[in-house]
Amino acid sequence: MGRILLLIELKGGNDGLNTVIPYADPKYHELRPGIGVARDHTIQLDEKVGLHNKLEPLMDSWRAGDLAIVQGVGYPYPNRSHFRSIEIWDTASASNQTLSEGWIAQAFKGAALPKGVGVDSIVVDTNALPSTGPELRTIVMQDAENFLRQATALKDTGGMKDGGNPALRHLLAVRQEINGAAKGLADKLRAAAAPAEAYPQEVLLGRQLDLATRVITAGVPVVTVKAALGGFDTHANQVQPHERLLAFLATNLAILRKNLMAANRWNDVLVMTYSEFGRRVRQNASGGTDHGTAAPLFVMGGGVKGGLHGAYPSLTDLTDGDLKHTVDFRSVFATVAQGCWGQQRDFGVRQLQRLGFLS
Amino acid sequence: MVAPIGRRGFVVKGAAGAAALSAGLWPLRPSHAAATMDFDEARHLLSRTTFGATPAEIRALEAQDYVATVDRLLASVRRDAITPPPGWLNEGPAELQRQVQAARAEAAEAKKKAGVDGKALQPERPLQEQGRELRSWWIDEMLVTDQPLTERMVLFWHNHFTSSLQKVRFPPSLFRQNALFRREALGNFATLLKEVARDPAMLIYLDGMRSVARQPNENFARELLELFTLGEGHYSEADIKAAARAFTGWTVDRQTGQFKIRDNEHDGGEKTFLGQTGRFDGDAIVAILLKHPRTAETIVEKLWREFVSLKPDPTEIKKLAAQFRANYELRPLMRSILLSAQFRDPANRGGLIKSPVELIVGTVHLLGLPVPEKTQLVRMMQGLGQMPFDPPNVKGWPGGETWISTYTLLLRQQFLRRIVEATTVASMEGAMMSSSKNRRIERREQLPMKSDEGTMQMAEPTAEPRPVEGRSLRSAGDEAKLGPTLSGVDSATLLRTLLPRAPIDTVDPSRAPGATVAAAMLDTAYQLK
Repeated sequence: MGRILLLIELKGGNDGLNTVIPYADPKYHELRPGIGVARDHTIQLDEKVGLHNKLEPLMDSWRAGDLAIVQGVGYPYPNRSHFRSIEIWDTASASNQTLSEGWIAQAFKGAALPKGVGVDSIVVDTNALPSTGPELRTIVMQDAENFLRQATALKDTGGMKDGGNPALRHLLAVRQEINGAAKGLADKLRAAAAPAEAYPQEVLLGRQLDLATRVITAGVPVVTVKAALGGFDTHANQVQPHERLLAFLATNLAILRKNLMAANRWNDVLVMTYSEFGRRVRQNASGGTDHGTAAPLFVMGGGVKGGLHGAYPSLTDLTDGDLKHTVDFRSVFATVAQGCWGQQRDFGVRQLQRLGFLS
Repeated sequence: MVAPIGRRGFVVKGAAGAAALSAGLWPLRPSHAAATMDFDEARHLLSRTTFGATPAEIRALEAQDYVATVDRLLASVRRDAITPPPGWLNEGPAELQRQVQAARAEAAEAKKKAGVDGKALQPERPLQEQGRELRSWWIDEMLVTDQPLTERMVLFWHNHFTSSLQKVRFPPSLFRQNALFRREALGNFATLLKEVARDPAMLIYLDGMRSVARQPNENFARELLELFTLGEGHYSEADIKAAARAFTGWTVDRQTGQFKIRDNEHDGGEKTFLGQTGRFDGDAIVAILLKHPRTAETIVEKLWREFVSLKPDPTEIKKLAAQFRANYELRPLMRSILLSAQFRDPANRGGLIKSPVELIVGTVHLLGLPVPEKTQLVRMMQGLGQMPFDPPNVKGWPGGETWISTYTLLLRQQFLRRIVEATTVASMEGAMMSSSKNRRIERREQLPMKSDEGTMQMAEPTAEPRPVEGRSLRSAGDEAKLGPTLSGVDSATLLRTLLPRAPIDTVDPSRAPGATVAAAMLDTAYQLK
């Protein structure tokens, strides 16, 4: 039961304004004379906004109605530090609150999880914070091969001697448990079929999604898998690098969708992108953009109600030159926790917004 | 006269003694009665009485007389911290309350304004800020002190007479409680118990300040009997009620935050407590508890679990407790413990699990890492389950095997791996994954980082600082820049310094020192002390 959340972190702060473009707003072109996306490079989604044409590979999903775009996602008193802001997102905290547990772990507080193969969450990039917490057994596995090799190497350590030392006995038992999880995983992953369509291997995200696909199609009973694409901190001459990133993202997501459909798992997965913040509305003097606030995020999956959700923030009513968020990210998380795992959580928000992207 | 031992006082003997060590690693020779220490026993003594020792610190004790060394260790205990206290130390609760209210008003104002001129101010939070400074101050002290045993004892008392900032919400009182623990760290337990009963942080934490004759609050009385002295099964509910009445009227002055007695709220009537009857006040209750044999046993048993092994020897506990009860002097007790056959038994080496504080402070000390900002260390301690000044409940951290779960073991490994990967290329500042929540750091992030001193090339802060490839401890080979605490030491000695017993996984001692340090830190045996 439930859905697996495949979380994709866009590291560095994705420029939402050049991703989902308010093409019809003259203010957009006025504030971004050099880096604004021209109208004929925009795929119109409605009379106001459109996708960057490098995101064209996502249009199959859009037309099929399983791609939702949640617009204007952010939080009050936005923090513009990469470190702090991603922590706020990952722990679903308020801007002035410090939490140590990730939001996915929080969602499972008090919930019984099936034992499975000894692992509840697999992180294929390096940031495990969203699923960090005693509720979830999380394994960070940047390099699957290395991880599996270690698991294999540990196979014949059952006879490791503790020399009558109870502290060491406990450590070895816990280590054994971790190894057990790794081994269960190894068996499943070895049995997993290669994805129907290969991911481009030159980008890290492709290799990560390859592993994520195998985890999901092999039926490893995890609640979440997390991947990441870096490089979004586009302070200077951003047009080409940002276009390249969008193309990577869209190409990989489109292949992911095809692969999960081919394995008949598309209905069991929810793919969601997020980033620590969006970027400043007005371009800077270096042909780039500085750290900003609200941005759109993508949600895909067989159970997703496609289309635009939330309101696009106004380009004239700004705070300190930044967009005002229209959707609190914790409302998005609450919707996901309910829709994926049947967990009702408010993440400390008194009045959650109802978001209709999951039926 | 004995010379005090201090970290700074150690003399580096050079590599002469090291060569002899590489011959046979960890021989289990039954030499625990020897008068002088060998390297391994010196290491053991330091690993149990400090946060972890460097090769130079171990060598300074090697071949010394064991008893004389223990006496020197105990003679040089500090009663005051080296680190200057935070500036708000003498502020009363009224002042903090005023600041909190001002900050709230400011935040509310900022919220109102946000819609108008869009200036979203970061609301000031004096309480959290003071708590952060308090934790950093203590971690600082643990790292810079010349008497780590003192801080180990302060941590022990903090875990015995627990108080949590989450409940107390008045950092100056916790600072003073911490100072009390240091003053009596290895002083007198009777004095300590009497002082704790009138300690403002304790009075707030266990609701003593609200306890009045009309309505005695039993919280402190219950924990005093159950956790601080007798232990469960050695008193009745009636004893708790009687003790609670005796402490009524002991409270905290709301202006100054100091202890005071309100005579008109005190129940001066007759009470029967543990079989004795009288018009007892709090001090009388404490005096009766100090006469009870269980009190000394509780403390001795807990010290045994902290310093010797997870399996206290009942005969030895009773013997030590009987001596301890004569005057409750802690120094002779600790001396007996450190000189006991069980403590010196090589089979007990590596028999305890490092607490998160020991693991983190010890690793930073051992590698000689510069950590100007302690917030990230505190966050890691929190992640691993030991947030200073915030024990999970009045029982404190259960410790022992509960430190290690699948989650915390992986997190410990992750923390150590991060240090291993980053040690040669950057200070901890940029190397830790978990971010900072503190304004000072965020200001620093605005500046391009220096690229000299071999730090990361990071003009632009990114969410994932990475060490320069091929320069990590693990793979840099002879190129690895070990800190001054470890440089110039051969691999075999490094291995014996870092691990209390033979490594669990195969570690090749013929590899480069940097690789050996990396392998040892990631070995399961590194979790032991």
